[in-house]
Amino acid sequence: MTDLHSLVLESFHAEQGARFGPFAGYRMPIQYPLGVKGEHIHTRDAVGLFDVSHMGQLLIEGAGATKALERLVPASLQDMTRGQIRYSQLTLDNGGILDDLMLTRWDHESWRLVVNGACKFEDIRHLKTYLPAEVTIRYLDNYSLIAVQGPKARRILSELIPDARTLVFMRSLQTTWNDCDIVLSCCGYTGEDGYEISIAKQFVHELADALTDLAETTWVGLGARNSLRLETGLCLYGNDLTTDTTPIEADLLWSIQKRRRIDGGFLGAKIILKQITDGVSRKRVGIKPKDGKTPLREHTVLKNIAGDLVGEITSGGFGPTRRGPVAMGYVSQYLSALGTELVAEVRGKPLSCTVCDPIFIQQRYVRNLSC
Amino acid sequence: MTVKYTREHEWIRIEGDTATVGVTFYAQEQLGDVVFVELPDADTSADQGTEVAVVESVKAASDIYAPVTGTIVESNAELSNRPELVNEDPENDGWFFKIKITDTSELEDLLDEADYQAFIQEEL
Repeated sequence: MTDLHSLVLESFHAEQGARFGPFAGYRMPIQYPLGVKGEHIHTRDAVGLFDVSHMGQLLIEGAGATKALERLVPASLQDMTRGQIRYSQLTLDNGGILDDLMLTRWDHESWRLVVNGACKFEDIRHLKTYLPAEVTIRYLDNYSLIAVQGPKARRILSELIPDARTLVFMRSLQTTWNDCDIVLSCCGYTGEDGYEISIAKQFVHELADALTDLAETTWVGLGARNSLRLETGLCLYGNDLTTDTTPIEADLLWSIQKRRRIDGGFLGAKIILKQITDGVSRKRVGIKPKDGKTPLREHTVLKNIAGDLVGEITSGGFGPTRRGPVAMGYVSQYLSALGTELVAEVRGKPLSCTVCDPIFIQQRYVRNLSC
Repeated sequence: MTVKYTREHEWIRIEGDTATVGVTFYAQEQLGDVVFVELPDADTSADQGTEVAVVESVKAASDIYAPVTGTIVESNAELSNRPELVNEDPENDGWFFKIKITDTSELEDLLDEADYQAFIQEEL
């Protein structure tokens, strides 16, 4: 544990009663006294607060930055407007995924990236390798990142930061809180409406206090962050996405805009475009046990009715909102249709399962403001 | 009636040659919210220290070991519908199984309450 980095708010989280564990090279809050289930349900019902400062915040800018970045991600960047956010992946020559990330168009040739904590240094090396010298990469390690997620996040955070009221899903803006510059982004990884706030480290303690004092907020650890993302079918890098899975196998075609599906021009495009037209040999799907009770965990082996190995669970557990097991994994293409029967091997015993939509709980993003 | 404990955080309530087994209050705290329990069938025989049941929390799956060699007499069917009993009442209604003890001398390997309390203090 000695080599682990500490979050700026470590003692704050300890005061909140957090239990810590190692993740992505940091000592991270895994759960608070409310417990994983309670924190999960609170986030679905009200507002959860998450310290995700282990994630990598990068600023990439300079002449040609937009075109150069398009060489590294399959998302279309050129057509994005200022303040728009897109989800994408850093792809490799083999079509595999080095990391998945959020990209915000900050200016014409200026981009803010949020990448996974466990991948950030590898990502920076990759970016340095492929981006031209005129494009600079700044690792914003003097900034913290706090996520505010849940159906009441919009109303409650607006009390503190009025701009939150009108910001819709996948939009970002610069604003101030307490005379301090912040970047407020309407996104997250819980499937709920919510925000991520990027703030300089020296002010994050004050922000954490102010958020804690708001009605109906509670701190949420990585345990519930995982069950929240899993229930809403969101992939976890390292489990569901790896350097050996492509965006098409991972069922992320939606994140590749039309122009790029035709023109390519990104690492691994040859393989990925071929998969778009010819199909894939395996695909990411949701899996549920027929007994409705037994949780399926990562690395659980999946077989067809004849007993042949056909896939594996990559993430799985119990969904507190679903009140039952939730899991996703990869299966051979011919078995990926909804309702297909499979057999999972759980502790040496066969368990009947069916293929289902990996979205066990509908995502509830606010894409437009109705009133 | 005697109650003993294991270093795997199980309690064993001994009545004659039969023992009722569950997990301790400390264990359920460490596990977090229990969502699923897999229990052994009656008449299953088990050697001391072998896995006989599984308890799954929101976080992970953990094995439950036979504290003594014996034959399973009964499992707590109620846990199948209400796994949360393990959190709510771990040392009574949240019991896991009853085992008929083959060799009572194995009970000597187990901890008494004072030893167990000292053991978890060391773990903390």
